[in-house]
Amino acid sequence: MANEMEFRTCPITGKKVYATTQNLMWINAVTAVVFILIGGIMALLVALTRWPAVHLLSPEWFYKALTAHGLNMLIFWIIFFEVAGLYFGSSVVLNSRLAAPKVAWLAYILMLVGSILVDVMVFTDNATVMFSSYVPLQAHPLYYLGIILFAVGALTACGIFFGTLAIAKADKTYEGSLPLFTFGLSAAAIIAVFTLACGAIIYIPTFLWSLGVIKNLDPAMYRLLFWGLGHSSQQINVTAMVSIWYLLGALTVGAKPVNEKICRTAFVLYILFINLASEHHLLTDPTLSPAHKVFNTSYFLYLAVLASMIHALAIPMAVEVAQRKKGYTKGLFEWLTKAPWGEPGFPAMIFSLLIFGFIGGITGVVYGTEQLSIKSHNTWAMTGHFHATVVGGTTLAFMGLTYYVIPLIFRREIIGKKWASAQPYVYAAGMILLILGMAGAGTLGSPRRHWDVTFADSIIPFSFDPTVLLFTTIAALGGILAAVGGAMYVGVSVLSVFLGRKLAPNEAKLVY
Amino acid sequence: MPITSPETYWWKPADKQEKIWITVAIIWCLILFTMMPLWHFVGGQNPSVEPMKIRPDDFEKVASAFIEKYKVGEEAGIPVVKPPDGADVYLKGQMWNWVPILELKKGVNYKFHISSVDLMHGFGLQPLNMNFQIVPGHDNILNLTPSTSGTFHIICNEFCGVGHHTMVGKIVVKD
Repeated sequence: MANEMEFRTCPITGKKVYATTQNLMWINAVTAVVFILIGGIMALLVALTRWPAVHLLSPEWFYKALTAHGLNMLIFWIIFFEVAGLYFGSSVVLNSRLAAPKVAWLAYILMLVGSILVDVMVFTDNATVMFSSYVPLQAHPLYYLGIILFAVGALTACGIFFGTLAIAKADKTYEGSLPLFTFGLSAAAIIAVFTLACGAIIYIPTFLWSLGVIKNLDPAMYRLLFWGLGHSSQQINVTAMVSIWYLLGALTVGAKPVNEKICRTAFVLYILFINLASEHHLLTDPTLSPAHKVFNTSYFLYLAVLASMIHALAIPMAVEVAQRKKGYTKGLFEWLTKAPWGEPGFPAMIFSLLIFGFIGGITGVVYGTEQLSIKSHNTWAMTGHFHATVVGGTTLAFMGLTYYVIPLIFRREIIGKKWASAQPYVYAAGMILLILGMAGAGTLGSPRRHWDVTFADSIIPFSFDPTVLLFTTIAALGGILAAVGGAMYVGVSVLSVFLGRKLAPNEAKLVY
Repeated sequence: MPITSPETYWWKPADKQEKIWITVAIIWCLILFTMMPLWHFVGGQNPSVEPMKIRPDDFEKVASAFIEKYKVGEEAGIPVVKPPDGADVYLKGQMWNWVPILELKKGVNYKFHISSVDLMHGFGLQPLNMNFQIVPGHDNILNLTPSTSGTFHIICNEFCGVGHHTMVGKIVVKD
């Protein structure tokens, strides 16, 4: 293990990069990429099975692959990457040594053991329970234990982040307020603590139930607490993603937040309101009263939506101001047309913002209405909604950032720069087709988590409007294209990290 | 830069454009917020407003009694039931059927009790595309008035095991 106080200075940002932080970021980011590879292979298999023309897997394998896809993408890929981001946002951005690096390694090991346990259980047919693992559908006890270990590890990583903030403050490694990026990540980490607490409250009794210690668990209570984890963890992603948008804006065009007060207030709105809004999962459940639903999923939800609306202005505004300062002032849009579209970070940020905001945000607000939830609950349109937010939004932003982390932090030259530049376009195009296909089919009633929408094996014959099959085909083609984009990402990042030319200490490469 | 501390005191008043945008966004949020409670009073479709618990065994008993009382036939091994006008209707989700098949009358209000006797199920009425979560131990009570005649199907849209995709039920509405 490297000396805790050993650091180098980044020639581009002037930040101190401690060797311990760099190693921890490296291991967490590389692990994240391994999980996006597993999740991506599952994604392709699922897409090829949902497409009636191919219908690749058997039902047993389909439900198994779908469970693995959800867990590997939504939990393992995203959270390992976020942990790397938390160490970057605290230690590197604040020029501080990382708090308790040995504990950070312990957190990593807990998360790794947890995720391997979960994957082994899923692939050995012991946990075909979907991402949500709704009680009373039971998995092997080791599955729940895996989730618990992973959550404890992630919570520990949040602790390391807060500890590093305290050390930086005590050592006066920065002056004045926290930088906006770190402020945003702090909001994400605060939301993460609530989220993981919900996870502990529900997964510990569920683990005991699977062992037979507890006899009965109310499935409705499970749903309430599960979504305190399941949806709130997406709010961590949203908050981390918005922070990364600000960062990518700075890295690609030198964008600077126009009004720090407004940006920071928006992050505070996320902390206050976004988690209770997660109850919109229960809008068509037989358990909550209308007043309760209105308060949490309408009143609270829209205050969180307001925060997103504020970022939706602040980020493009910061980009426009930065571009106009560079002299791109002709007409209304020269700042946009002369933007660095050939650099992967810029299109990744713009597509992430558009897919998240326009598709994910609008569908989310619409489906989150009590009455319209009746039209979308459990349909494939819902799957479309969260692919827009978590994949088109969060994952694409994380991908864009990777192309900067590799040269700046891991000190390797990117192999296949042209592939890197094209990747956000391919991935975004695939995701948009996938999402529109899902939304179209779902609006006509096509269900999520379903092996056969032609209902060939059912006793009572039923078939959908044939338009459903058309939309399903569009989604499948989009899924295949997105899988190509995902493979480009994994290929470029793995090759660069392991085989890329090592950069000299003062060599800075940000040109694509 | 978002990765450096703000150079100066940053609690500054918002710019005019920012104020306009935020005002528009707040008004829009208020409109959305008003719609949800408003629809409870003026709208025709709302989810269940009567939270009720029922043990799966008890639901099984009540549903069986209902089926026995009003059974008019059988289709593909599933009982066909024709409840009298305005009756309480029991619909049971189980792996992997919706029981019974119902024959209803157009324009008559029925009080539906939907629950599960095993896992979580998803009630998806097609082609209308109306969906409700069916939770074992809880009774999803819905007041339904069929407004068109014809054959409707109920699919399952919550994963309930390896036969999930074969789970289809039926409601026939007659004039």
